[in-house]
Amino acid sequence: MLGNIIKKELKELLTLSTLIFMISIAFMYAIIGQSIGKAVHKTPQKVNIGIVNLDKGSFGELIEHVLKQYANVIYIGKSEEEGLRRLKEKNGVALIAIPEGFTQNILSGRQGKLEIVWIMRGTGIADLVSTGRVQGVLGMINREIAKKLMERYGVKDPEIVLNPFTQKASTILKERRLNLSPAQIGEKMSSQTMLTSIVIMMLILGAGGSVISSMGLEKENKTLETLLTLPIKRSHIVVGKIVAASIVGFIMAVIYMVGFSFYLKGLVPSSPTSGVGTDIGLNLQLKDYTLFGISLFITLLAGISLSMILGLFAENYKSSQMLSFPIVGLATFSMLLTMFKDLDTLPTVLKIVAFLIPFTHPMIALRLLMFGKIQLVVWGIVYVSVFTGVVIFIITKIFNSDRLITGRKRRRATS
Amino acid sequence: MLAVEVEDLSKSFGEIEAVRNIGFEIREGEIFGLIGPNGAGKTTTLRIIATLLKPDSGSVKVFGYDVQRDGEKIREIISYLPEDAGAYRNLTGKEYLEFIARFFAKRGKFHEMVKRGVEIAKLGDRITDKISTYSKGMMRRLLVARTLMVNPKLAILDEPTSGLDVVNAIEVRNIIKDSTMAGTTILLSSHNMLEVEFLCDRIALMNNGRIVETGKPEELKSKYNAKNIEEVFVEVVKCSEI
Repeated sequence: MLGNIIKKELKELLTLSTLIFMISIAFMYAIIGQSIGKAVHKTPQKVNIGIVNLDKGSFGELIEHVLKQYANVIYIGKSEEEGLRRLKEKNGVALIAIPEGFTQNILSGRQGKLEIVWIMRGTGIADLVSTGRVQGVLGMINREIAKKLMERYGVKDPEIVLNPFTQKASTILKERRLNLSPAQIGEKMSSQTMLTSIVIMMLILGAGGSVISSMGLEKENKTLETLLTLPIKRSHIVVGKIVAASIVGFIMAVIYMVGFSFYLKGLVPSSPTSGVGTDIGLNLQLKDYTLFGISLFITLLAGISLSMILGLFAENYKSSQMLSFPIVGLATFSMLLTMFKDLDTLPTVLKIVAFLIPFTHPMIALRLLMFGKIQLVVWGIVYVSVFTGVVIFIITKIFNSDRLITGRKRRRATS
Repeated sequence: MLAVEVEDLSKSFGEIEAVRNIGFEIREGEIFGLIGPNGAGKTTTLRIIATLLKPDSGSVKVFGYDVQRDGEKIREIISYLPEDAGAYRNLTGKEYLEFIARFFAKRGKFHEMVKRGVEIAKLGDRITDKISTYSKGMMRRLLVARTLMVNPKLAILDEPTSGLDVVNAIEVRNIIKDSTMAGTTILLSSHNMLEVEFLCDRIALMNNGRIVETGKPEELKSKYNAKNIEEVFVEVVKCSEI
């Protein structure tokens, strides 16, 4: 019986058009990410530049030497006009003009001035990447000239003057000492916590949206009365809808995440998405993963149950879509909070709000488990379990009442 | 054995009294009609018998089972067709019949039940098309088929021919008549009094939440010296308002 309900729900919710829509969205994510990645990747490491060198000194030669090493110099000469023409022909990025007396000026204590004429073909990512590469080379030139100057003034080791000290940072993070700076830890952790929060949000929205749609469809297709008079326990109808929504939500989350991972890969090819905890000495054991799994599962049930209550108010499929906004709001709030903040650093009021929203718990579970805060994860699971139990109890009560048929309590039933 | 026993049944929605202390009995194997204008309380009565609504007071029994206590038992022996029912639009007609049959079919009877549903629906090759492509008449035939294919002990039909053209309505009436031969008791509601006269063994006339008269159509026509049930209804309402 339960299987029959689940099968029907899946047929209703997982239609070809729904799947095509989901895959299209994921595909779009992937295409956008890959396009950005390709644009960056396609930009050659050595960009085409031109040099107009009117300087007769050693710094002019040094600049030529460095530029030849790190860029494709397609013009070296005395004419800016000719240089620009050649650059335009060969997709050049910049013409670097070293004015007459450049070396002499610097040696006599005045700042030298390089003139750079950029050739910008568009405002796309590839154009910006190219100009960024030239800027990088110019930075190196600045440094090389500084070194030469220091040597000239008798500095034995210019590197010491430029970098008089290095940093060996170690950070005490929640009673653990890590050989990294807070910025490095944040960078390493953020990719993982961000992904976890996004995946969980997508899972909840996917599954929650499915169950709300399911209730909306029952009302729109006028099938609810028939369903409620079939020889099956009302609680089985509730469970059937919840299980089917979980399956649909899971499928949706997987499809979206495949697209999203391609999107991220395109943006940051070497994005550290795994092994983060190990890198910084925060290992997760099997029991931690089990707790995370339980937390995720219970929260998914909470999200679906909450959505089902909202779905009971749906008049039809269209209105059911509007009803998913509270779930979207709560899940997004939890996601943003856990992506950008650590629960421990939040003001007390926000901490309480975050704890009361069931969706927060699996989003912070991994981080808590990494730092050995198992108790908080367990309390989260207990809280979300009680929350889910209460919501399912309310749903079953509503399913056993007149409420589903008559709508609002005081509304008149037909004839 | 009595199929349905209703005693002093009342149901209100807020301040609106939809059903007021009504009582009637339906014998096993008969076709019993609840007739009356829109808003008379017919649908509310049927919904209570179908275990969809809970009565405020009074007692309703279906083959001896109490609607308040034995809802699950009752749902095993009834089949309910709401007035404006629909079906799952993404399923084909056959898939829908199979979905319903899985709840009722005993071991080995599933295919037989679906076959009977397909025969009753008389949709030909269209039975394998998606329900979203069906006309209103086809949809209603499919729903009547799913209601009667399960051989329920009691079929509750709310306005079974509502919205159908003459040809489809006649077909549906014949299907309903035939189903009593398989032992099904029928409780139907209609505001089409001529239809009820044609179909029903006994009828109850409802107005403003009350049953104002009960009896066999022929007896009532004779009692009120009327040509048809419509005239009976007008007379009964007049008398009840005096």
